[in-house]
Amino acid sequence: MSSTTATVTKRAHSTLQAKPSGFMSDIVTVAKRALRAIPREPEAILPALFIPTFFYIVNIGALEDLTESFPGTPGFDYREFQLATGIIFAVTGISRATALVTDIQSGYFDRLLLSPARRLPLLLGLMVADFSLVIALCIPVIVLGLVLGASFGTGVLGVAMFILIGASWGLAFTGFPYAIALKTANPGAVASSFLLFFPFAFLTSSTVPLDALTGWMRTIARFNPITYVLEGMRSLLMDSWDWATIGKAFLAIAIVGVISQTLALSALRGRVARG
Amino acid sequence: MANVIEAEGLKRSFGDVEAVRGVDLTIGEGEIYGFLGPNGAGKSTVVKMLTTLLSPTSGSARVFGLDVVEDAGRIRLRIGAALQDASLDDKQSGREILTMQGQLYGLTKSEIAQRIDELSTLVEFEAIDRWIREYSGGMKRRLDLAASLMHNPDLLFLDEPTTGLDPSSRARVWEEVRALNSELGTTIFLTTQYLEEADELADRVGIINKGVIVGEGSPEDLKRSVGADVIQVRLADTGDSASHIIDHVTRVEGVDHVERGPNGLLVSVSNGAAAVSPVAVALDGAGAQVRELTLRTPTLDDVFLELTGDRMEVGQ
Repeated sequence: MSSTTATVTKRAHSTLQAKPSGFMSDIVTVAKRALRAIPREPEAILPALFIPTFFYIVNIGALEDLTESFPGTPGFDYREFQLATGIIFAVTGISRATALVTDIQSGYFDRLLLSPARRLPLLLGLMVADFSLVIALCIPVIVLGLVLGASFGTGVLGVAMFILIGASWGLAFTGFPYAIALKTANPGAVASSFLLFFPFAFLTSSTVPLDALTGWMRTIARFNPITYVLEGMRSLLMDSWDWATIGKAFLAIAIVGVISQTLALSALRGRVARG
Repeated sequence: MANVIEAEGLKRSFGDVEAVRGVDLTIGEGEIYGFLGPNGAGKSTVVKMLTTLLSPTSGSARVFGLDVVEDAGRIRLRIGAALQDASLDDKQSGREILTMQGQLYGLTKSEIAQRIDELSTLVEFEAIDRWIREYSGGMKRRLDLAASLMHNPDLLFLDEPTTGLDPSSRARVWEEVRALNSELGTTIFLTTQYLEEADELADRVGIINKGVIVGEGSPEDLKRSVGADVIQVRLADTGDSASHIIDHVTRVEGVDHVERGPNGLLVSVSNGAAAVSPVAVALDGAGAQVRELTLRTPTLDDVFLELTGDRMEVGQ
């Protein structure tokens, strides 16, 4: 019997039928693939580990003595102050957007679109993987902070909330690179989406406290959502839970998330319609 | 025989470019339909519309009686497609690709395992757990075909499935396509720029050029439309005398028509054996310098030339 006849004979007995797998199942399927791919692309993850630890150490080396000697700030601990900055640098811009561009260019995205899966899970699945990854990326930075003497007055739950705020910010920001990926299908454009982060990252209290910023910079920083995210995270290093500050952090994350995810969904609709 | 695909006046533009300019199609259950045309003719755009990946600018298409725009989700459950350039993820293994494909089509774990086993002659057992970037072009194509078959589709779209493959891999894909159709009754819509492929596989062929179907029928009927036989004449130099030579040859009894072909003429005749000598005499009488004169049966390439005035140019 030829190999083809054997294949077909076997196939002929197959009675299975395709059926919609469900919204959540599609998210899990897409997320599992994305998570599988992460350790296979260490070159995409290593900078995300290096950059935050580099900035954390360098900022401490450069500014610790100066900031701790500010008049009127007794007990100020710059190592704790910088920990939130390190997390923000670790989680911002981390996404599977470049992999999505590769999928679009290779035609694999079309294969996914040909399946009965709804379109939204194809994006949400990637974001679930991103969320898992940014949580993982927070851990080495926090460990480094603890090793260098930072401590969480709010305890283990405070650490968990610290990670949750950081990871939620990372997730909120992913909409931008995904929107660019879906709109342009250009890896260069996606890579430069990191530039979007610059005004967020530096026109804020990332290196020195808000009150120590010069006048114009302080004004801009007050409109920068990252300022509130950083303050929310830093509040967890204090001795008690400051729910108002934490609430403002989540509100800032929600505002950025709504804008970025709206852009991403609109780009997804455009990509699907363009074919 | 029920119609699986019905399209009327299907058009698709990209900006000012009209890629598909009004395609009508009717494809019956269990058919292998070959969609033949050169690069850029509009084949893939038609496939994308029929597979719900792209909305038509105007016109309509129904697959299994379902509208490609309104009922896209239900259509996707019943079709499979292997698009141009095996669409795979290089950093996954063959098994991972097939498993994910099965999951997206709602198959259970045991169904996925069963299906991978059934498709194992397409994807070599020893390669299935290797990353796809280690696969050869032929292996990628076969895995792509296996992925499109994971959910047992009733209609399979194959968009240039053998472009770039070596002859042995091409023969293997052809064998599988024939088997799918004959043993399981899967309807197959196959686009190709290879005339031989359409001739070998298709029950009916539609020839598309510049976004319009210019001819349709069984390969035999299409070839018969050119004439029973073709005398291919290679000339030393046609120069300015080509029209004069064509006039001379056209007047020969038994000659249906004469086309200018590559390096010479293509003479369609109803009885090749009887017409060869008179044609040779007429060529001599017209002062043509004949390098070679061959009698053969018509090919789809002759049909394409007859219908479009151009030879098919196969892109890579």
